[in-house]
Amino acid sequence: MQGFLTLFRKELVRFWKVSFQTVAAPVLTALMYQLIFSHVLSRHAEAYPGVGYTAFLIPGLAMMSMAQNAFANSSSSLIQSKITGNIVFLLLPPLTALEFFAAYMLAAIVRGLAVGAGVLVVTAWFGLPLPSHPGWALLFGLLGCGVLGTLGVIAGIWAEKFDQLAAFQNFLIMPLTFLSGVFYSINSLPPFWYAVSHVNPVFFMIDGFRYGFFGQADVSPWLSLGVVGGSFILLSGLALWLIKSGYKLRH
Amino acid sequence: MPSAIEIQAVSKRYGALQALDDVSFRVESGEFFALLGPNGAGKTTLISAMAGLSRPDSGSIRIMGHDVVRDFRAARMSLGVVPQELVFDPFLSVRETLRFQSGYFGLTRNDDWIDELLFKLGLADKANANLRALSGGMKRRVMVAQALVHRPPVMVLDEPTAGVDVELRQSLWAFVKELNEAGHTIVLTTHYLEEAETLCNRIAMLKRGKLVALESKDKLLQHGKEREVAFKLSAPLPDSLLPSKVREEDGRIVLKLTDLSQLEGVLATLREAGVRVRELNVVEVDLESVFVNMMHGGQG
Repeated sequence: MQGFLTLFRKELVRFWKVSFQTVAAPVLTALMYQLIFSHVLSRHAEAYPGVGYTAFLIPGLAMMSMAQNAFANSSSSLIQSKITGNIVFLLLPPLTALEFFAAYMLAAIVRGLAVGAGVLVVTAWFGLPLPSHPGWALLFGLLGCGVLGTLGVIAGIWAEKFDQLAAFQNFLIMPLTFLSGVFYSINSLPPFWYAVSHVNPVFFMIDGFRYGFFGQADVSPWLSLGVVGGSFILLSGLALWLIKSGYKLRH
Repeated sequence: MPSAIEIQAVSKRYGALQALDDVSFRVESGEFFALLGPNGAGKTTLISAMAGLSRPDSGSIRIMGHDVVRDFRAARMSLGVVPQELVFDPFLSVRETLRFQSGYFGLTRNDDWIDELLFKLGLADKANANLRALSGGMKRRVMVAQALVHRPPVMVLDEPTAGVDVELRQSLWAFVKELNEAGHTIVLTTHYLEEAETLCNRIAMLKRGKLVALESKDKLLQHGKEREVAFKLSAPLPDSLLPSKVREEDGRIVLKLTDLSQLEGVLATLREAGVRVRELNVVEVDLESVFVNMMHGGQG
């Protein structure tokens, strides 16, 4: 337990020491999106009855930033440790696979939530209502960051070079997070893209998170919970198995 | 009491390379043990297997009686490893590094021991410096401290003095010797054979993944039984001894004897010829010559 707490704390210290880059920068980026899209698209039809586009955009942007930063936290920490070689100091102590995984994953959640809170604070004046179901919002925030933090652990273990990790990030994580209904309600999509969105777990994170704020969404929050929770369990199982087997960590 | 390290029929293959080939030996508690071999002999692979950093294809390893796979927590608690590569976390200071490392081993209030380590390794005034700001030698000392935060009974140092200045080498060995005297089992690999020779009691030699020698240092040195003996004589060397002469240096005649027991015969011949011995030196065989001999397939 102490081993887990220490690694968790170290992972928090790691991103907090460079919080300008790890928290403030993504918050600023999200604010830019909000400014530009709300300016361009403010005359866009209401996304939901009684919910203007600029307000609709906020939870999606927040969730997207949370997802991307949760992924970045665990994946970049692991690849840096692997490439510099200091991962050996985590492989020599008697940490279990679960302790190792939980520390990276939970630190990713903390970074994701810090970024998400920042995004909500700086964009709230565009008309974000107080969450109508704060429990749902928090649950999807936690689980969404958990899924992406876990994916980050997997990618960080798998990648051997920075460009492999960059490929994972640019060709998988970015499309998943961008094509997830951040900027639009998928009900407005043509049937094909509507179907594609339904196999993207990030869509369900954003939709569920949005439900927490507006009390309405494209699909039922229970369906979203099932998909996001299921993804979390599956990916966590995979990450734990990889760590336990020593895949690319112990030769 | 279990052996400090027990290696049993360990083999490991990386692709076409047989890194370890059926290696077995024990290191007893309290020993100062050297693991020697040329580059690529399998030393680091073997250390990695002890530490759980790599997994043998077959065979087993126990540290203080704990299997490194099945009982990895107890095995790793008993083992401190100083890796060969100079690695560090650029985000942390020296003290933070040691506190985190303690925590990974489940230790919370470890500051007294950390202070002692810092003091003994000459790092006390660097405690709050970032690792990036330290010289290579200083970083190496931090790695030694990291390996010791949990006071492991067994300590393994993989080429700890490679590329390190003389002063640090000496202070490091003084410190490690002190640890050994306090009861820690020490295993080291080194390229400097005189280090192994002065420090270690027992030596294992690896060659292409195989154990080619495992003996006490003194016994190993006896392998090079051919001795050179230097004489300072009152008169020229009698003709009968000329075949044994290898060279002359500083007024001394150096004879090569296939065995030290031949010395008696040499002395008798000199006495009969009326030549007095003014000075006599047996030139010690050093580990290096034994090592080179073995690695070239001479013995073993």
